[in-house]
Amino acid sequence: MKSLAELEAIRNKAKGSVNLRKDDNAVRIVVGMATCGIAAGAKPVMTALMEEVAKRNLENVAVTQTGCIGVCRLEPIVEVMVPGEEKVTYVKVDPKKAAEIISEHIVNGRVVTKYTIGAAQ
Amino acid sequence: MREISLHILDIVQNSVVAKATEIEVDICEDKKLDKLTVVIRDNGCGMSEEFLKKVIDPFATKRTTRKVGLGIPLLKMAAENTGGSLEIQSKEGEGTVVTAVFGLSHIDRQPLGDMAGTMLGLFTAYEDIRFLYKHKVNEKEFFVDTKEIRNVLGDVPFQAPEVYLWLSDFLKEGEEELNQMEV
Ligand SMILES: Nc1ncnc2c1ncn2[C@@H]1O[C@H](COP(=O)(O)OP(=O)(O)OP(=O)(O)O)[C@@H](O)[C@H]1O
Ligand code: FES
Ligand SMILES: [Mg+2]
Repeated sequence: MKSLAELEAIRNKAKGSVNLRKDDNAVRIVVGMATCGIAAGAKPVMTALMEEVAKRNLENVAVTQTGCIGVCRLEPIVEVMVPGEEKVTYVKVDPKKAAEIISEHIVNGRVVTKYTIGAAQ
Repeated sequence: MREISLHILDIVQNSVVAKATEIEVDICEDKKLDKLTVVIRDNGCGMSEEFLKKVIDPFATKRTTRKVGLGIPLLKMAAENTGGSLEIQSKEGEGTVVTAVFGLSHIDRQPLGDMAGTMLGLFTAYEDIRFLYKHKVNEKEFFVDTKEIRNVLGDVPFQAPEVYLWLSDFLKEGEEELNQMEV
């Protein structure tokens, strides 16, 4: 069973590393989680994004949720905000695409154009 | 919604939108009573009596991008389809309690689904909200208060990679233990 003592050790280790998450420099990934988003599968997308960020140890990426983004038929929708760059909106995202967005867009800095709202319309 | 956990996620989003700082999610599966009860309690902005009456009806919403609110009516339908019910109590400026009762063994009852993942997503997406999560299965109980976790972590975020993975395992283990066969 996981213990809080274990968590304390993790904290002491994490404290040492710089944390940019609350900075304006952080990359923000936002998942639309209104009823329609959840029904369309936003939860597994959210999980995949967070898991990928955690596994790759990406310290300056914050994954958050929001309500309605306004285009139900294109849900699940994921928005990526890289400081200094234009916002990118990905549509009809699934967990596999989510992982690809992290590895391509966030890690390698290449927008995955085929999943963007522009490509869908 | 295919799973009750997704309804829960959705109803909790309402609490978040209502600016709650404390949200309780309480699930109780009781074989003897043949009931699965979900209670979501928040200290958000609440609703007036008048508005609350309309909320159950899908044409009530304060959102502006779509004319109808779907979250609550969908949950009501899911509960009633299993011989259960939905009840909402709310007071402006104080908060809201949503109670959904499902027939546990009813054939139309959706599976509860992935509660560990649902709570993990909520804890980490809304770090500033205190979540109290309780899941009871007959005699067994799993309880998490994110304030206790926060106290240990200080200002290290839930989304810090190692913390996230720890939380994920912690919740999964807690849920698994509930579902182990009773001896
Ligand atoms: N916990 C709460 N506190 C305060 N107001 C609430 C709460 N839950 C629901 N409401 C009010 O009831 C309305 C209807 O909620 P419902 O979940 O059915 O639809 P919605 O949130 O508006 O849209 P959707 O869930 O379809 O994305 C909300 O817009 C909100 O005004
Ligand atoms: S209601 Fe579906 S995206 Fe907003
Ligand atoms: Mg809602």
